[in-house]
Amino acid sequence: MEKFTKITAIALPLDRANVDTDAIIPKQFLKSIKRSGFGPNLFDEWRYLDQGEPGMDNSKRPVNTDFVLNQPRYAGAEILLARDNFGCGSSREHAPWALEDFGIRVIIAPGFADIFYNNCFKNGLLPIILPEETVEHLFNVVEANEGFQLTVDLEQQKIISVQSSAVDINIDFELDKFRRQCLLEGLDEIGLTLEHADEIRQYEARKKDITPWLFQD
Amino acid sequence: MGARTLYDKLWDSHVVRENDDGTSLLYIDRQLIHEVTSPQAFEGLRIANRTPWNLSANLATPDHNVPTNNREQGIIDPIARLQVETLNNNCDYYHITEFKMDDIRQGIVHVISPEQGATLPGMTLVCGDSHTSTHGAFGTLAFGIGTSEVEHVLVTQCLIQKKSKNMLVQVNGQLNPGVTAKDIILAIIGEIGTAGGTGYAIEFAGDTIRSFSMEGRMTISNMAIEAGARAGMIAVDTTTIDYVKNRPYSPKAEHWEQAVEYWTGFHSDADAHFDKVISLDAKDIKPQVTWGTSPEMTMAIDEVIPDPADESDPVKQAGMEAALNYMGLTAGTPINEVAVDVVFIGSCTNSRIEDMRAAADVAKGNKVAANVKQALVVPGSGLIKQQAEQEGLDKIFIDAGFEWREPGCSMCLAMNADRLEPQQRCASTSNRNFEGRQGQGGRTHLVSPEMAAAAAIKKGILSILIN
Ligand code: SF4
Repeated sequence: MEKFTKITAIALPLDRANVDTDAIIPKQFLKSIKRSGFGPNLFDEWRYLDQGEPGMDNSKRPVNTDFVLNQPRYAGAEILLARDNFGCGSSREHAPWALEDFGIRVIIAPGFADIFYNNCFKNGLLPIILPEETVEHLFNVVEANEGFQLTVDLEQQKIISVQSSAVDINIDFELDKFRRQCLLEGLDEIGLTLEHADEIRQYEARKKDITPWLFQD
Repeated sequence: MGARTLYDKLWDSHVVRENDDGTSLLYIDRQLIHEVTSPQAFEGLRIANRTPWNLSANLATPDHNVPTNNREQGIIDPIARLQVETLNNNCDYYHITEFKMDDIRQGIVHVISPEQGATLPGMTLVCGDSHTSTHGAFGTLAFGIGTSEVEHVLVTQCLIQKKSKNMLVQVNGQLNPGVTAKDIILAIIGEIGTAGGTGYAIEFAGDTIRSFSMEGRMTISNMAIEAGARAGMIAVDTTTIDYVKNRPYSPKAEHWEQAVEYWTGFHSDADAHFDKVISLDAKDIKPQVTWGTSPEMTMAIDEVIPDPADESDPVKQAGMEAALNYMGLTAGTPINEVAVDVVFIGSCTNSRIEDMRAAADVAKGNKVAANVKQALVVPGSGLIKQQAEQEGLDKIFIDAGFEWREPGCSMCLAMNADRLEPQQRCASTSNRNFEGRQGQGGRTHLVSPEMAAAAAIKKGILSILIN
């Protein structure tokens, strides 16, 4: 997995609550058997004016210039500012794959749906939960100041504005220890679990007495 | 050990090890696999040169992409076909049991596993699909996972997890006429909101919940995820045990007594602590229909569409306006004057035999209205289809003008050919009314099978039972 330590980038404000994973990457793109290549279809239904299908040349499709992702001032954004309950709905990991493929590394929101939140960490994406008022403040600052950049530092667990910014930002964020370590070091979780293979086998041995029917076949 | 909830007991009995920060290695008894969220997991296995830990813990079937008619032609869409073939190849290669498209046992993962007895009380069960919460109806800890975790479970039979908080949702009292398990769960979601259960494992309890059959209970647990909770459980009782008896994967005779005794412990202790408790009275719940683009945007069938102007929270207000705009509805309109173009009866929420019977009861002797362009009935599995046909339900539907299809997810998410056209309005027994869920621009109203069937024969009008 890709490591995450620190980035400095533009933040893209997506001002909608309850953005579901169907909206992040619509179902027709889930037919792919690959992990990559979903970026051009991130938010497909909001981003383009026509109906997207796999295999289309996305560079030739008519874009919805009203949609925030198509606005030149947010080009190159690596931080997504979002509203509450981001990533609700389907468990599809294609949603973080699409965000990551597009170039997003950090998502800041007042709350995330559980499965999506979990899926982010498997893909080097950092979801940050902040209080509603703090997120509101970030929306205001980002929308009011073109080119506004933020530094997200996982080591320090801080979000700060770059020097000489119009507005000073200095926010601490929480993250559980295990997830932080996995991201910082880009750890392979399966490898970590396999280090405990003996304990898993011992657990199974105990379980065979208690629930033998789960081992019959 | 002190008093524990059902969730606590399920959790405790599956912890292999726990770290200081509460991160635990949780043992997974069963994994269900389908074609959409597994190819990259198998690919990961191959790249890392790893092998599955316990083959017999897995059960696979294609459901999301399979056609629901003309199956003899195979899958026409080459991309969908490749995905299903990839599942077939992966299962063949690793010797994982798969009910392929031509197997009578094929169907929606969340329908076939209980049907086979592969879902059992006291288990942990996962699937790369958010509606895995369905299996919680059996007193099972069941939740949806992403593809990386599918791979993790394949290789280690474990997941790295942190425990959720406990929430109790109680519903007591007698059901009003026309109210089904679907209406109860929609009302619950309306009450707590789509993020109300985030971070929690829900236990559904109370005499109304207990009065439901396993089919009804599965409908309720199925939609726990629409309230934000990954898991939605119901305690084990005789209804549960009677259901699992004598199914292909159920404990055989020599283990049956031991199993029943073990399972019977899977309920919350009388004084167990819940971090949040919600109580609803069944007498306050009327038949529900969703009006917006989130399952929490639900209302009683005799109400008028809500007005965003009455909402004080600006983010919510904007959400309501966007939803009305997308749905092509105006505040103040009685919902029972709104007509749909399409009716869909199916999905892992409502495609079991009881749902088929309930819809057939309404359809019997009636005709699908001329202005309803399509009325689809899609049973959840081949075995349900067979059972329904033995009962003559297929004839009732076909005589009334419904289409009787092969099992699969179908128009629940429209990955196959069954989908809405832009701006088509649909009465659907599925679980998500998100924008574009049933086809780009399509407008979904979530309802019970009874209400969906009634809409089909009453000129598409959303209403409760006829007569
Ligand atoms: S029926 Fe719908 S909700 Fe259920 S598994 Fe299939 S696509 Fe998902």
